[in-house]
Amino acid sequence: MEPEQAEARLTVRAGVITFPGSNCDRDAAVALAAAGASVTELWHADTELPRLDLIVLPGGFSYGDYLRCGAIAARAPIMAEVVRRAEAGVAVLGICNGFQVLTELGLVPGGLIRNAGLKFICAPVELAVATRRSIFTAGYGTEQPITLPIAHHDGNYVCPADKLARLEDEDRIAFRYVANPNGSTGAIAGVLGPGRNVLGLMPHPERACDPRTGGTDGCLMFQSLIGALG
Amino acid sequence: MISRGRKPSSELPLPMKALVHIRLKPGVLDPQGAAIGRALTQLGFEGVGEVRQGKLIELELADTDRAAATASVQAMCAQLLANPVIETYAITIEE
Repeated sequence: MEPEQAEARLTVRAGVITFPGSNCDRDAAVALAAAGASVTELWHADTELPRLDLIVLPGGFSYGDYLRCGAIAARAPIMAEVVRRAEAGVAVLGICNGFQVLTELGLVPGGLIRNAGLKFICAPVELAVATRRSIFTAGYGTEQPITLPIAHHDGNYVCPADKLARLEDEDRIAFRYVANPNGSTGAIAGVLGPGRNVLGLMPHPERACDPRTGGTDGCLMFQSLIGALG
Repeated sequence: MISRGRKPSSELPLPMKALVHIRLKPGVLDPQGAAIGRALTQLGFEGVGEVRQGKLIELELADTDRAAATASVQAMCAQLLANPVIETYAITIEE
């Protein structure tokens, strides 16, 4: 019994939530499994969650981006429990549309509006790792920029001045674009919640986990997470 | 009390209508409004200043009391219709 229990303790339990219109849920599950997590697929209409160490809100166009990107998903039945877990310290990663959902929930500050250049941008971008003080970014070196793909129409990060000052003071800006592609305030690409256990980011680390398709700079985030949570 | 069900289409219209105007906050840059402004200039319209794009949501309500209707639409705005981080809203009730 004992070795089994020890192994169970070490396996990181990750859940990926699928909303109607999510399209990066499978990619996120594959990336997490490759990094060593045991992955559970979760459905937006569920109201209960299993025991989890990490919850991922994937990219996509949940509910067709109706009303505001992420607005309807943030009020989905499963989200009350996600907020409760986040506030209890469970790691939550919101990628692209998932970042938009996190802002709608208020788990990270600010909001995301239409790209300044109005175009949908699908391209690899260079990012500066702005802090290593998080379970998401501890595996990165801060000196060299990393490259991750972005694919969004509404990634223009807006944050009131007082909240921005607080983000800077508390070292909660996780990533900045090297060349701002979308008009984001402070070229911000990713921010941490107040407890540092929640990260919202527009770039897609799960799409950069294989050298054959878009590089491997995303792997480090999942490896970093699995290492910290295991 | 907020009624959750939508009325069947065969019924008469509900007694009240709320119009919710949602705008980006004054400090938030509006790329879509700016694009509309540029297109208007291109079409030859002169004297157009800043253009800002918002949205209008029309709701039929079962309420018969104005104050109750306003309070319920305010709650809807706070919970879903507007994002207070980037948007402001104004409610108009019509009978």
